[in-house]
Amino acid sequence: MTKCNKLDVLGETCPVPLVETRKAVRKSSPGDIIEVIGNHPESKEEIPMAVEELGLELLDIQEEGDQWKIKIKIPEED
Amino acid sequence: MIVHSGEFDKVYSALIIGTGALSMGMEVSMYFTFWGLERLKKNELDKGPLSRMNFFGLGKWMMKRKLKKSNVREMDKLLEDFNELGGKILACDMTMDIMGVDKEDLRDEVITDYCAVGTYIKEAKESDVTLFI
Repeated sequence: MTKCNKLDVLGETCPVPLVETRKAVRKSSPGDIIEVIGNHPESKEEIPMAVEELGLELLDIQEEGDQWKIKIKIPEED
Repeated sequence: MIVHSGEFDKVYSALIIGTGALSMGMEVSMYFTFWGLERLKKNELDKGPLSRMNFFGLGKWMMKRKLKKSNVREMDKLLEDFNELGGKILACDMTMDIMGVDKEDLRDEVITDYCAVGTYIKEAKESDVTLFI
C-alpha cells in the first residue's frame, strides 16, 4: 500500500536534512511518497540533487517564507 | 576517503562529507590511519584538538559551543548515521602495529574491517572521488 511519510527537519542544518531524507528513502517501499519539511536553505537545492542521483521522482517543491516542502516519490517496481 | 588526521575539525569534515556522499547515493569507505585511527578508540571520536587556534583547548571549547548553537549534529550521531546508511569504516592494520593499538582498544562495533594499503588502492582505483583528510 502506498504511504505518505512526513519528515520534519525544521531547524536542522547540514548534513542532517540530506541524511534524514536518505534514511527515510531507505525505509520506504516502492510507490511511497515522502514529504520533507525544512528551512535549511542549501538543503532545498541539495535534496532535489540527491533525488536525481538516487533515481527517485521529484513531485513538488513548495516555499513559504523560510520554509520549504519537498515531495518525493519512490518509483514503482517494474 | 583516507582519514589520516585526528584533529576534531578534520574528523568532523570527514564525517560530514562521508554521510553527505552516502545520502547522495554513493558508496563510501573511510580508511582511518595514523592520527585518524586514534579517533576510533573507545570514547575518543570527538577528543581531538582543533587543527588551528586550539589555544590549549579554549578554541575547541568555543568551537563546540558554536556547533551546538548552530544545531550541528554531534560527531557520534554522524558516525551512527554513517553506519546506518551502509558506509564502511576501515582501520589500518599497520598503524595499529606501530602505535601499539590493540583491537580491544578500538570500537569494534563501528569498524567494518581491518586492512592495509592494498585494499584502499584497489577501492580507490574504482572510485570517482578519493579524499585524503
